[in-house]
Amino acid sequence: MGLLSSTVSIMRYKVEGRIEEPVFENVAKGLKKNVINDIDKEAEEKAVGWTTLENPYSPDFANRLFVIDTYLAFCLRIDKKTIPSKIIAKHFAKECAKRLAESGREYLARTEKKLIKDQVIDSLALRIPATPNIYDLLWNNEEGWLWFFSTQKSANEDLETLFQNSFKLRLIRIFPYTMADLLSGLSEGQKNLLNQLTPTHFTE
Amino acid sequence: MLDISISYNRYQFLGNEFLTWIWYMMERKRDELLQIEEDLVYLEIGNRIVIENRMNDNTETITIKGDDAGLEEGILALRKGAVVTEMNLFYKSGEQEWRFTLKGESMHITNLKPPESGAVESSEELEGAVIEKAYLCERVILFLDAAFNRFIRVRISEDWHKKTVPAIKEWIYA
Repeated sequence: MGLLSSTVSIMRYKVEGRIEEPVFENVAKGLKKNVINDIDKEAEEKAVGWTTLENPYSPDFANRLFVIDTYLAFCLRIDKKTIPSKIIAKHFAKECAKRLAESGREYLARTEKKLIKDQVIDSLALRIPATPNIYDLLWNNEEGWLWFFSTQKSANEDLETLFQNSFKLRLIRIFPYTMADLLSGLSEGQKNLLNQLTPTHFTE
Repeated sequence: MLDISISYNRYQFLGNEFLTWIWYMMERKRDELLQIEEDLVYLEIGNRIVIENRMNDNTETITIKGDDAGLEEGILALRKGAVVTEMNLFYKSGEQEWRFTLKGESMHITNLKPPESGAVESSEELEGAVIEKAYLCERVILFLDAAFNRFIRVRISEDWHKKTVPAIKEWIYA
């Protein structure tokens, strides 16, 4: 459900701070620094990085293509390899049997088993392509807000971490309290009243 | 500002109370509701409403689904102390109509269906499509901010307990 889908889901953020001038160059620098890496031929099981709205599988942040009107528009891409547990179990059992036969022992130590499991996962990860998930975002640097087009918890957590690493700016989620505290234009006195609120019971 | 995770949990009731207040406004204060936005034509409950009662250490959830579903069970749940935790809404402003679901606890907007916009057939059309979609999403967000702004000012005022809560109770028990 990306930005251009007929139906969208939105998680709203306030961006704490602004990108310094020259804005577009600095944004491009942050995007290039953390552009998505293809892990299909790597042992890594997960990659998180930025990609472009226009060409998410071959991202290129040159030519300011991420600047659309007053928005900065780009995507978070999360590539993940999901290796079925039964495949891991099969290869792990085979490898354990091989090691036992080679060594003539009857048992393998716990640490040895863990090492074998990690090696099996690494070797399988090299053979399994990663599944890409692309999440669009719109960022208005002047007004200090960002919309992330997914409400998925893990994707939002990855976004918050990568955004902070890339641009040195913190994203604050908009939920009832932050909506009241940050977006409603309340005075300090009103914010004190807000902090003292407790739930209302509508029963008689 | 309070710590984010603490404030999320401590004040999640505000979002649920906001949705309950919106329902009350739709039922009893329609004229006042329409004043929130100049072009607002209507705001109606759509095809889903979730009501939760978290009193007495138990959570009782009632989900009412369907375009023409009766909301009597929802009112009965409110009488038992429940609040609205999720609501699908029809929002019409000017000539255009939006449909979306709002979750009280997080204020996530999900399943937002804005008025139809043109399909993107080439990369040259991408920029225009993004601007149009951003505008259509922003309309809903601006409305929600304005409605929440109205709610929170009432909520922190003395009028909340003196006038609004008695009026909501009167609606629930009518």
